[in-house]
Order: sequence, then C-alpha cells, then structure tokens
Amino acid sequence: MPDLFEIIFKPEFGFTVIRVVVPILFAALGAYIASSAGIGNIAMEGTMLMAAFVGTICSAIFQNPWIGLMCAVLSGVLMSLILTYFTLVLKTNNILGGIALNLFASSFTVFLLFIVTGSKGTSATLGAKTLPKIDIPILKDIPVLGTIFSGHNVLVYIMFAAVILVYFLMYQTPLGLRIKAVGKDEHAAESVGININRIKTIALVLSGVLASLGGVYMSMGYLSFFSKNMTNGRGFIGLAAAAMGHGNIWMVTITSFLFGAFDALANALALYALPSEIIITIPYVAVFGAIVIYSIFEWRNRRARGEE
Amino acid sequence: MNDNILELTGITKIYSNGVVANRNVSVSFRKGEIHSVVGENGAGKSTLMKMIFGIEHPSVGKIVYKGKEVHFANSMEAIKNGIGMVHQHFMMIDDFTVAENIVLGMEPLKNKIFLNKKESVRITKELAQKYNFDMDVTLHVGRLAVSAKQKVEILKTLYRNAEVIILDEPTAVLTPQETEVLFDNLKHFKEMGHTILFISHKLNEVKAISDRITVMQNGESRGTYDNKDITIDQMTELMVGRKIIMSYDQFKEPTDKAVMAFKVENINLNKKGIEVLKHVSFGVRAGEILGIAGVQGNGQNELISGLVGLSRFNTGKWFIENKELTSLTIEQKRHSGLAYIPEDRMKDGIAQGASVAENLISSYYKREDINGKIFMNNKGINTLANRLIEMFSVKTKSSKSKIESLSGGNIQKVVVARETNTSPKILIAEQPTRGIDIGSEEFIHHELIKMRNKDVAILLVSADLNEVMEVSDRLIVMYEGEIVAHFDTVKGLTDKELGLYMLGAKRQDEESIRRALTC
Repeated sequence: MPDLFEIIFKPEFGFTVIRVVVPILFAALGAYIASSAGIGNIAMEGTMLMAAFVGTICSAIFQNPWIGLMCAVLSGVLMSLILTYFTLVLKTNNILGGIALNLFASSFTVFLLFIVTGSKGTSATLGAKTLPKIDIPILKDIPVLGTIFSGHNVLVYIMFAAVILVYFLMYQTPLGLRIKAVGKDEHAAESVGININRIKTIALVLSGVLASLGGVYMSMGYLSFFSKNMTNGRGFIGLAAAAMGHGNIWMVTITSFLFGAFDALANALALYALPSEIIITIPYVAVFGAIVIYSIFEWRNRRARGEE
Repeated sequence: MNDNILELTGITKIYSNGVVANRNVSVSFRKGEIHSVVGENGAGKSTLMKMIFGIEHPSVGKIVYKGKEVHFANSMEAIKNGIGMVHQHFMMIDDFTVAENIVLGMEPLKNKIFLNKKESVRITKELAQKYNFDMDVTLHVGRLAVSAKQKVEILKTLYRNAEVIILDEPTAVLTPQETEVLFDNLKHFKEMGHTILFISHKLNEVKAISDRITVMQNGESRGTYDNKDITIDQMTELMVGRKIIMSYDQFKEPTDKAVMAFKVENINLNKKGIEVLKHVSFGVRAGEILGIAGVQGNGQNELISGLVGLSRFNTGKWFIENKELTSLTIEQKRHSGLAYIPEDRMKDGIAQGASVAENLISSYYKREDINGKIFMNNKGINTLANRLIEMFSVKTKSSKSKIESLSGGNIQKVVVARETNTSPKILIAEQPTRGIDIGSEEFIHHELIKMRNKDVAILLVSADLNEVMEVSDRLIVMYEGEIVAHFDTVKGLTDKELGLYMLGAKRQDEESIRRALTC
C-alpha cells in the first residue's frame, strides 16, 4: 500500500487538485461577484446543475460540444435572470428565490433526463461529445509543471483566464467599482446616480455565466455524461470559499484551491481500505472546519475592533 | 436686474399622509451669495431643500433655476444641472478611498475601459487644493474624522461641477474650531462664484457667515433679510414666536405634589470627546408636568434615550420614588412605573407591520388579562383594544387594521393610549404632538393633563415653545447639554426671554438651576 505522503507529493496529485477545483472555483468566482454587489446568490448549485444537464443534452443533439457549452451558458444566464426577477422585481427574499431555483433544477433535470433518455440516473447512453483536452506545447515537456498543468480540459484554462478577467473587472473597471459600491452601500451608490438594479442584474448574470461554466465542466469534462445531482454541493462549497475570501479575489481563489485539495485528497484516499462513507465526507468536513475557524477569527477581530 | 440663480415661488408641500411641510413659501437666492435658511427642526427647511434638489416635489408652486422653470424628477437631474447637496447623513462608502468616493459614478478612464486610478487621484488632489482642502485622497473614508468626511462630501459636489451647494445642518457634527474652518472654506467658495445655501438653527453661526437670511417657522417663510438688517433676537422671535396663545390652566386641578416621583441625578455623557450632557439633574413630582424646552440637538434626545434605557450614560443615577432605575433593563424600568412616548413614532413608537390592537398592547403584552402563559388571550386583547380605540377616538376601520394605514395623529393616539394605559408613575413624552393635526394635538394635551390630575408625574420634552408653555407646570431649559434655567412657573414668562436661554445668550445662576432637582 503506497504511503499517503508519497501520493500527495507526486505531480499527479497537483493535476488532480486542478481537475477537481474547476467547478468549485467557477462557483466561487460567481458567488464573489454576486456578493460584491450585495446579493447572496445561493442558486449557484442549481444553476450549475442545470448547465451540466443542458450542456450535455445540447452537445448530444448537435453532436458538437461547443454548441453544448453555449447552450449551457445561456441556461446559466436564464437561471440568473429568473433570480433577478424574483429579487429585484417581485422583491422576494433572495435566499428563498435561490432555494426555489435549486429545488427546481434538482428535480427538473431528472424529469427531462427521463423524457430524453428513459433513465432517471445518467445520460451516458446519449453519447454526448465532451470538450477537448489540451496539451500545452513546451510546457508539457517540462517535468513536474508539465504533469500538473498540461493535458487538462479546455475549461481548466478558461478557469485560469476567468480568474484574471474577474480580477480586472472587479479591480480595474468602473463596473467593478460600482458593483462594490452597490454592495457596500446602496444609498450612497444611488446618490451619485448609479442605477442599482442594473448593476445587480449585471452582477447576477455574470455569476450565472461563471456557475454554468463550472456546471458544464462536470458533465463535459470531469465526466462525459450527466448524472442526477452530479454537482453534489460544489456550488455551496464555492459559496463558502467566496465568503471566506472576504471580498478579495486572491483569497477566494486560494480558499477554493484549499477545498479542491481536500477533494483530491478524498480521491487519493479511496485507494485505501477505509470506509468510503468516511472518505467522501472529507471535503465537506474540511469546509465545515474551515468555516468554524474562519468564524472564530472573524469574531475575534470584531471583538478586537469593538474594544478599540 | 435679475441676478437670482434660483427662485422659489408659492411652494406648498403636502405629504401623502396629510402633513403640511411647506405652505406658500417664496424665496429667491442670488448668484454668489451665502444664503442661510434658519428655523427650528420641523420648520420645513429640509423639505424645501429636498425640493430644490429633486428628492421631493412641490405640491403647488414653481422652481425657477437660471431663468427657466425646472421640474427635477430626481437628484441626478439636479446634479446634472449644477446643484449639489451635502446631507446631514453622509452618503459615502467607508471601504473606498477619498478619491474613489469622489469619482464614483463619473470615473476617469484609460483605454476607454479601465479605471484610471492615477488620474482619479490627480484630479481629486487638484480639486482639494483648488478649494483649500488639505487632505490625503488615498485614505479610506472610514478612517477619516467626521469633519474630513464632510469635506469629501463637499468635494463630491464640486467634482460634479455644482454651482449651487446646499449644506443641510453642516455644523451639527463639527466642533467650534472645525466650524470656523468650514466657514473659511465657504467664503472661499463664494469668491469663486458658488452659491451656498446654508441650513441651520444655530443663529450665531448664521449671523457670522450669511449674506442673507430666510427665517422659517412652521412650514412658512417669515421673510428674507439682509444680514445687517436683522439681529439674533429678532430671528429668535420670528423662529419661535407664538401665534395663538392657549392655556390649559382651567383644566388643571390642584394636586398636592407631595411625592418626588422621578429624580435624575448628575447625568453626564461624552460622545467621541464631545460633552453631550453635563451634570443634568432634575426632579418631577407626582401630579405635575415638567417641561424641557430647548432648541433641538442640545442633548434632549440623548437624555431621554438614556433615561428610558435605549442608550447609556457615562455617569448618573435616576429613580422612580426611591427605587433606582439606573441599571435595570427596559422591561424592569417599565415595571417600575415608567412610560414613554417616543419622538420618532414610526420607528420607536409603533411596529409598522402590526395591527392597531397589537400596537396597543405591545408594551405590556405579558400582563395576565391578555397573556395566558402559552397562548395570547385574543378575546381579552380585543376587548381592551376596542375600549382604548373608543376612549381615544382613534379613527380606524377595526382593531385588526394595520397601524400604518392610519394618519399620523391617529397613530400617535394609539401610542398615547398604550402608554397611559399602564398606569405609570412617570410618563416621558418626547415631542408628543410633532407633525400631527391640531385636533389630535389638543386631544393629546388634554390626555396629558388628565394624567397629571391623577397624580402622574410627566416629563414633557418639546422643541415647540407653544407646547411647553401651554402644558407645563414647571420648566427647565437645555442648552448644549446643560440645564441653563429653571422656572417654578411658566406664568409671566415671555417667549423672548425663554429664547435667550434657549440660544445660550443668558444663563441663570447655579442656585436657581439647582432648584430643578430640589424644588
């Protein structure tokens, strides 16, 4: 039986971390934008699931993964617009709207899956095309780095690009500044003529697009088919990462990778003769533990500030 | 000859709940002047300014700006036309830097997409220098002192090219030294051609800074004067001058006033280095009404909110009869016989989403006749509510109607009904009739006097001179957090004399002030 440290310190482990972090980091980026605008978008999970389903179905129908990807992103935009309509027009509580969308996505995808494939479990029989893997020239021949970073699904590279783009959006453009202004103090933002509803809509749509990229990765990259509830809480883990990143995109990214590492660890431990029920709880226990630690720090900070 | 930049003609503003905020006000503002609008709180100054700034819209009347009649739909249109306003409550984002706050919404760009942060800093720095503001624009606003935050707000209006700058009570948050600096800045603005509308109730400041002064009282303009043509005394008379003198004396029955029902000893409160309350001591006997007069913002709010338990003092003790209330919870204070009619009835007086009946019992819902341990006794509540509604002739469809559907006067009657129904030993009434119709006002005054006749001690705080003079038995005056005068009787006291104490021009000797506690 191989030593655990041997597994973790192999380049292949790095490769796995990147492989599993994709949906979490996309969700975290989306949640980060939404929460910067002052909205807790807990519909991330449902949006991802819907995109995973729509992507693979459209890919099968058109026999083209790129059309599948586009349809998935459209479904993400649509889900976000529904949430926007709930919260900004009908003025429902965004948590309730998010719960409704999550429940809807979880059951509606199974319903459609059954209609399309006759199965309530997976879409494996459809033979949908998946998104391609990319070998990076030069990089792929470098030892260690090549093993870790090359040969991933195209969405992995889109993810790295997304981190950079979101950074520029949030830190270097007027839109980013306004999104943050709206999130910090609506009235102050409104008093200088910022259209709050417009900004919030944009933020939610962007978060929906990012969520859908994370979702479509699940069914067209990580796996090659859709299976019932396949996102399995990754949207919520992303939300947790975004919250713990404390409004700082680098912290959001690092926290996501931390969660990804625990996920990869769980995968690695599957080789051991441990009860699988315990192993699959590792990522979630890690999130739970991280949130407890984070909350204690926050509480201490608040207390320290209060005593100033 | 028309150098007026802004003219208001016949402006009347009636809010949807029937409150008249402004009645037929006509004022004109000249280009390049510092024009003060003075009046007590509730005199309609702020509403008038909000109409100029597009936040509120006049019910009747017209606003002419630069020779053209304007109807600003919102503040953005006013800003685009060169009108800026610095609100009492700052509209800024604490986590952003000074520069970011100033440019927010009109950010300089580079390559047409990206924020030009260097340019933002450069422009705001230049702007600050041009207007003699000394500040580091890269600091986060949350770390600035209040006076610096105010400067940022002013810079925000200047960045948006404001020609007319409205300052709503800008000195309320400043120390005297900071006020002087602000005044120097304002004079500089004037030289640069800006028109300043300065809203205040501090007359010495108004006198120091203004070219012209408009006095408002009770929603109406009492005229615009050149600074040199009006004295502080005259302004006071116009501001607080009473029109109809009523007296409730005939309804007051003799009470023996044997018991000292409520006693307050040596209250001090220090907020961020400013002494808000200084050695406040007084007593109220059972069966009398003690009025606290004073211009708003001289510590009355802080005093009352501390006494009822909503906030804390640095030092001080207070008692009902001989029971000390100081560190009791609000519930315990109320159990000891305290009742409270708060100034802000919508926020503190009622629960807006709840029914009339629920609001009528909210301060004693644990009482046995309405609370049956596990379930509320709805029958009991209804009987009680209907009795109170009838007694106080509250105009409502039923006791189950939402309280927010009622008019201001009727809402206040619900509050008074609830607070008097607890058979208190001391009733603290804070501005009990502000902004309500005359009918309800009289009704509430009669209720207060009925309570007094039943040997309840009443502490009445009001910025409305009519009210304190008509209703009180004794009177104290607060100025800058201190009691500066005590009167055993209001008979023979003139508005003018009272005004001098209220504005800090006169002060009684310590011995007389001490009688507020011992008499």
